[in-house]
Amino acid sequence: MTHGITNIWVYLEASPLLGLVVTLCAYVAASALYQRTRGFPLFQPVLVSVVAIAVLLEVGHIPYERYFEGAQFIQFLLGPATVALAVPLFANIERIRRAAPAIAVAIVCGSATATVSAVVIGRALGATDVVLRSLAPKSVTAPVAMGISEKIGGLPSLTAALVIMTGITGAMLFPSLYAATGIRDWRARGLGVGTASHGIGTARALMLDLTAGAFSSLAMGLNAIATAVLVPPLVFMLLGR
Amino acid sequence: MDLGVLRVLALLLVCQLIGEVVTRAANLPVPGPVLGMVLLLAGLLALRRVPEALERTSHGLLDNLSLLFVPAGAGIVRHLGILRAQWLPIVAAIAGSTVLAMLVAAGAFLLTEALLARAGRKSAASET
Repeated sequence: MTHGITNIWVYLEASPLLGLVVTLCAYVAASALYQRTRGFPLFQPVLVSVVAIAVLLEVGHIPYERYFEGAQFIQFLLGPATVALAVPLFANIERIRRAAPAIAVAIVCGSATATVSAVVIGRALGATDVVLRSLAPKSVTAPVAMGISEKIGGLPSLTAALVIMTGITGAMLFPSLYAATGIRDWRARGLGVGTASHGIGTARALMLDLTAGAFSSLAMGLNAIATAVLVPPLVFMLLGR
Repeated sequence: MDLGVLRVLALLLVCQLIGEVVTRAANLPVPGPVLGMVLLLAGLLALRRVPEALERTSHGLLDNLSLLFVPAGAGIVRHLGILRAQWLPIVAAIAGSTVLAMLVAAGAFLLTEALLARAGRKSAASET
């Protein structure tokens, strides 16, 4: 009997099915919890799923690489989903066109703020050089952030994890932050959350308001460019080469 | 079988593929899918409307966008050591800089719009 169970476990551990099923089920359960608690911020679905999967991998001694063999099929959909953001952008194209100069100013200021403040706060509290360099590009979408991290002497895989933490933080905080500071314009809210916390912030913005979602998608795309240009010189200035 | 979904998936993947090829060939700092998004947007602008199947499928994908970040997020298990040793600076840097960037970007947007609107009113007034 135990022999049979071991055999099944050996099969499951080697098959990509496990990573795929675990990711989907964790997210479905986390979303149900989030809805049940009427959007309690700490139960943000990405956060709960990531913690649950991390605990499972640690307790089950499953290497991340093994898990990713299955989970990569989910991650793969990020590409076509990013392309699909053109649809909400198109629906808001007139508003975007009219606000173009203000959008450009917002993204350059937001991008520089995200990088400089992360490095300054991290350094003040004693983060090591390699962690600071991995932190610098964390507000931008993962593939770009990893490329920049490598260029400036960070750890790309650490940057990927920090990018996701940043996204979760932005998605969790932005509705109450803007409510508390009296910023009610959905275009401004979308731009802010898209610049600070890329796709995860955009996902939340899309759920709350379509205009915010469109402006957030736009900010995420433009911030990828702004950050790729701004971060290397800013980091070399703050931390040296 | 509904061919609409497959057609849309093919369209999205072709846009992404062109984006990946062009960004690599021209060594652009943008990720391939972002260029693919620009490409699809250009197509929609030329068409002046969103085909129904594209509308439906893109909603299906985007409604569950945050699921797609979970695999990368679980990668945190590879860096638990660094996180344990430096959790305070990391958490503070992420929380602080995310709040600041959200406020600065939104504030800069509203301020620029207000300044431009005032300049617009002034020039309109001086013309009359």
